Amino acid sequence: MRMKKQLYFDHAATTPLDPKVLSVMLPYLKNEFGNPSSLYSLGRKSSQAIAQASDTISRILNCQPDEFVYTGSATEADNLAILGTIRANKVKGGKIITSQIEHKAVLAACDVLEKEACPTASCGRGFEIVRLPVLKNGLVDLEVLKKSLDEKTILVSVVMADSETGTVQPISEISKIIKENSTAYFHTDASQAAKHLDLDVEKLGVDMMTISSHKIYGPKGVGGLYVKRGTKISPIIHGGGQQKLRSGTENVAGIVGFAKALELIAKNRKSNNKKIKKLRDALEKGIWKSIPKVVLNGHPTLRLPNFLNISILDIEGEAMLLYLDRLGIMVSTGSACNSQSLEPSYILTALGNSYEYIHGSLRFTLGKENTEAQVKYVLKHLPEVVKKLREISPLNIALK
Amino acid sequence: MIKKNKIQKKPDVINKFTGNSWAYSKQVREHFFKPKNLLLKDPNRSKYDGEGIVGSPACGDVMRVWLKIDKKTDKIKEFKWRTFGCASAIASTSMLSVMVSEKGGMKIDKALQIKPQDIIKRLGGLPDRKIHCSVLGDKALRTAINNWFEKTGQIERIVKDGGQILDPHTKTTEADIEEAVLEGATTLAAVQRRTKVGIGFPKCIPQVEELIRFYREKYFGPDKK
Repeated sequence: MRMKKQLYFDHAATTPLDPKVLSVMLPYLKNEFGNPSSLYSLGRKSSQAIAQASDTISRILNCQPDEFVYTGSATEADNLAILGTIRANKVKGGKIITSQIEHKAVLAACDVLEKEACPTASCGRGFEIVRLPVLKNGLVDLEVLKKSLDEKTILVSVVMADSETGTVQPISEISKIIKENSTAYFHTDASQAAKHLDLDVEKLGVDMMTISSHKIYGPKGVGGLYVKRGTKISPIIHGGGQQKLRSGTENVAGIVGFAKALELIAKNRKSNNKKIKKLRDALEKGIWKSIPKVVLNGHPTLRLPNFLNISILDIEGEAMLLYLDRLGIMVSTGSACNSQSLEPSYILTALGNSYEYIHGSLRFTLGKENTEAQVKYVLKHLPEVVKKLREISPLNIALK
Repeated sequence: MIKKNKIQKKPDVINKFTGNSWAYSKQVREHFFKPKNLLLKDPNRSKYDGEGIVGSPACGDVMRVWLKIDKKTDKIKEFKWRTFGCASAIASTSMLSVMVSEKGGMKIDKALQIKPQDIIKRLGGLPDRKIHCSVLGDKALRTAINNWFEKTGQIERIVKDGGQILDPHTKTTEADIEEAVLEGATTLAAVQRRTKVGIGFPKCIPQVEELIRFYREKYFGPDKK
C-alpha cells in the first residue's frame, strides 16, 4: 500500500521528534532507569544526566544551571510563574498585568487569581488583572502598559510571540518599561519563539521565561521555567522537593531530550530561520498571486519566520482544513467551528478582526523538515480547494 | 486467535475527560466532499418557486435555499442550495436537500415538520459540539416554503416559528430555547452549542439567559443557591 502523502504545516501545534534527540533519550528509557534521587551509581547516572542537561540549557539561556526548573509542560511552567510569584508576593500588592493574546495557560491562571481573595484588596475582592490590548498589527499596546504599572503590580506576563500569528513582541523594550516604572517581575512565554529567537535572558531582561520541549523537536511531557535567582516564588506542586521549586521524580529521558533539542535548535538557528523564512515567503507570495480576497493576520514583518496566518474570505476554516487534510496537508484554523467553546480565536479577535474574517482563517506554521516541493504542492492545491468552497458559498463579502 | 476481520473498528475517537468526539460519519464525509443538489449560480427570479436565506457571516453559517414546488400535489420537486460554513453545515444542507426531494418529493406539510435531529439521524450522527452547525438547514427550508406561500397567496399557511425571534441571524426563537433546555441544555454555553444563538448577535444574550433561567426553573425546579 502506498503511504498517504503527509505535509505537516502545523509546527505551532507540535513538532516531530528529532531523531538525534530520540537517540540520546533511549538509554534512559531502557537500562539507565535509576531514580535521580537514589545514591547508588544507577541513580547517580540519572542525576548526572539531569545536571548535564541543565548545564546545556543554562549556556543557551545565559543563566545559572539552578535557575532553570523542569516541569511537566509549558502550561505548568506558565502556571508556576503566575500562581507561584503571586502567592509568594501577595502582601506587596494584588495586581497582575498580562495581555489579551497570551496562551490559555497564562490567561486561565489569571482568571483563577481574579476569583481568589487578595489580602491587600478590599474585603473579599480578588486580584486585579489587567489584560493589555493589542494593536491591529498584533503588537501589545505599550502606552497602556506604562499607564497600568504601579507599585502594587507584582507581575507582568507578556508572550514573546503569540501562537496564532507569531507576532514578536519587543521583550527587552517591555522589560525596560517595567523596570523604570515598577518593581514588578517580568515573565514571558517563549514556547512558540524558542525555535527561532535568541533566548539570552540577560539581553531580554526577563525574570522568568517558559520554554516547551515539544515545540522545538523535543519530546512531549516536559517543559521548563527559567527563574532568576532572588525571585520570590513558591511551588505549586508539593512533595519530595526533588527540584526545590517543583516536586516529583524527574522525567529523566524527557529532560535529556529537551536539552538536546534546545542545543540543536540553538546551534542551527540561523540557517534554519533562513531556510524556513524563504519557504514561508514563497508560500505567502504564491497564495497572494493565486487567490483573490486574502488578508494577512498579524504583523507583516515583526513575525516569527515560520508563521503565516491568513483569512480567506467567503469560506469557512474548518471546511478548508478538512479538504486540505484529504490532500495530506495539515494546517490549523481560528474558526469558531474548530474550537471547543464555539468562540472564534480570541487572539485574532483581540487583533480587531471581525468574526467573518476569523471564520475564514488558516494558520500555516512551517518547520525545518518542510521542502520547496511541499510548498509547491500546497500552492497547486489550495487555490482549487478555495475555488470549490467559494462555489458552494452564497457569500461575497467586500474586502475592507 | 482472534481473526483480523473480526476486530471492529471503533467509529469514533472520544476524549475520556471532555467526552468530545471528533470523527465525522461516512455520510457526513460523503455529503461534505460531494455535495448534492448544489446551485452554483444565482438563477433567474422566475425559475424557482420559493427562496430563503438564513444565518450571517459573523455567526459562521449562511444557507441559501431555492425550491421548486408542484402546487397540484403540494410536493417539493427540487431543493437547490449554497452554504457558507463548516463540514457539518455543508453536509447537513446537502442531506436535507436529498431528504425533501427524494422519492418524488416530500409533501410541504411534512417538510415543515423536519427538525435538525432528523437531519442528524440521516447523517449517521454528528459530534456533540457540531450539532449547532446543522440547526439552520430546516430554518432555511421553512423560510423558502413561507416565501412560496406568500408568492402564491396562501397566506393562511405561513408558518410562524414559535414566539419572538431573538437572534435575527440564526432566526432562533423562544421556542428553540425552550426545546434546547428541555433536551438538557441548561446553560448559555450548552444552548449555544445547540442553537448558535447570540454568537453573531451578542446583543440578545441577556434575554436568552433570562429565558434559559425561566425554562430551567420551569422544568427542573428552582436553582439551588
